[in-house]
Amino acid sequence: MKYRLLFYCFILVASMPSALRAQEDLLSMIRDSASTEKQPVKSSFKTTRVVNFQSLENTHARNLDIKISHRFGFLNLGIEELFGLDAATIRLGAEYGITDRLMVGFGRSSFEKTLDTYFKWKTIQQTSGKGGMPVTVSLFGSAALRTFRVNTDLEDKLLNRMYYTGQVIVGSKISEEFSLQLSPTIVHRNLTATTSEKNDVFGIGAGGRFKVSKRISLNAEYMYLLPDQVAPGITNSLSIGFDIETGGHVFQLHLTNSTAMIEKGFITETTGDWGDGDIHFGFNISRVFDFSRKNKTKAE
Amino acid sequence: MQLKPVLIIAFLVSVTGSLPAQTGAGGRYFTRGAAIQFFSDSPLEKIEASTNSGNCVLDLATGKLEAAVLINSFNFKKALMQEHFNENYMESSKFPKAVFKGSLDKPQELTLSKDGTYKTMLKGEMTIHGITRPMQTEVVFRVGDGKIFAETAFDVTVADYGIRIPALMRDNIAKIVRLTVKSELQELKKT
Repeated sequence: MKYRLLFYCFILVASMPSALRAQEDLLSMIRDSASTEKQPVKSSFKTTRVVNFQSLENTHARNLDIKISHRFGFLNLGIEELFGLDAATIRLGAEYGITDRLMVGFGRSSFEKTLDTYFKWKTIQQTSGKGGMPVTVSLFGSAALRTFRVNTDLEDKLLNRMYYTGQVIVGSKISEEFSLQLSPTIVHRNLTATTSEKNDVFGIGAGGRFKVSKRISLNAEYMYLLPDQVAPGITNSLSIGFDIETGGHVFQLHLTNSTAMIEKGFITETTGDWGDGDIHFGFNISRVFDFSRKNKTKAE
Repeated sequence: MQLKPVLIIAFLVSVTGSLPAQTGAGGRYFTRGAAIQFFSDSPLEKIEASTNSGNCVLDLATGKLEAAVLINSFNFKKALMQEHFNENYMESSKFPKAVFKGSLDKPQELTLSKDGTYKTMLKGEMTIHGITRPMQTEVVFRVGDGKIFAETAFDVTVADYGIRIPALMRDNIAKIVRLTVKSELQELKKT
């Protein structure tokens, strides 16, 4: 009797390997290289900006992104100014991806008639998969020239109207919907309006996005400035908005207390106060043109 | 101890049971580099994408065939299009692979060791974007110079797999896309 039981157990164990094998996939017989490979994490943001901030994203290689941005007047101007819609400051800009990780750009703002040029280099790319890199790290640098002159001898000198920004952008696409980034920043101003203001202004920015649908995301960003660096009355930049992506275009609609759309401006020259209703409605329109010749020879 | 022979038999069964299954006369064939292309032809835009990393295993003894491809391995001419394909349409982070599981009609008539052209129907289920649907297609095998090539082409109705095309894109993206698969198959050696 004892032996019989043992025998049944044995039969059961013996039949197990073949039973397991029957459920095995054919595909598992070949090494599936794809499932273990690290993949770059893409689409952390819909475009290269959060609102005003540079985002984790770069323009793709050989892609040109034309950006048209408007900030209307303050909402608290009331009905007489159609809540700010009667006036707008404008920035026209273009940026180009030299590689998938290095982009350059330039633009011109109507605000103080400023020219700006910049680069953004994605030094570390977030990757998924086993042992993947958890964050993306980008380095950003820009130079801006204010062509508008306040009538003094000092400002005749071009160098006295130059501004520089250096920024490290560290962020992560935490989930399919949620991305977060931090950007420690330094803005250097060759000349400040008063001697009490610092030439070097340090700040730390935080920005994020939450996808509410496949093509729409809610974005927010805030720049904290260390105390006693800028003129009294300068406020921290805070912006909230939506990205709406429609294929080749991204429409960014937002509310912000900053008038300027470039770093030296929205970081060190924001005067609007959200509490007082000094809020601009604004938009960025991004249109991407692809000049890559990828796959072209294969297809034709 | 008349049970002893039975135990020995049971032992033998357990040992042979854990050996790889018999490959039979047909043998097994595979590829890790199937070329898959898809074409979307619409009034406004022609879209093409391709990949060279389709995986496939064919067991000729049973006729069973399984294939899989990583969605984000598809290459587009336009980088942004590729990004949107993955993010907005295929949701490749949620559904990284497209998988086919099925079997060939009359596998015994496929003598892939002999030169010639063989046509047969492949029937099974395809899973794309998390949705599994039946599908069938004709596969052509060409054997020559010691090489085995297989190819097929079929249409996929985008909506069948729960992939929504927004109204704005309706003229840019075809409702039915054409897929072609071409591959050289190699014999799967037991390891």
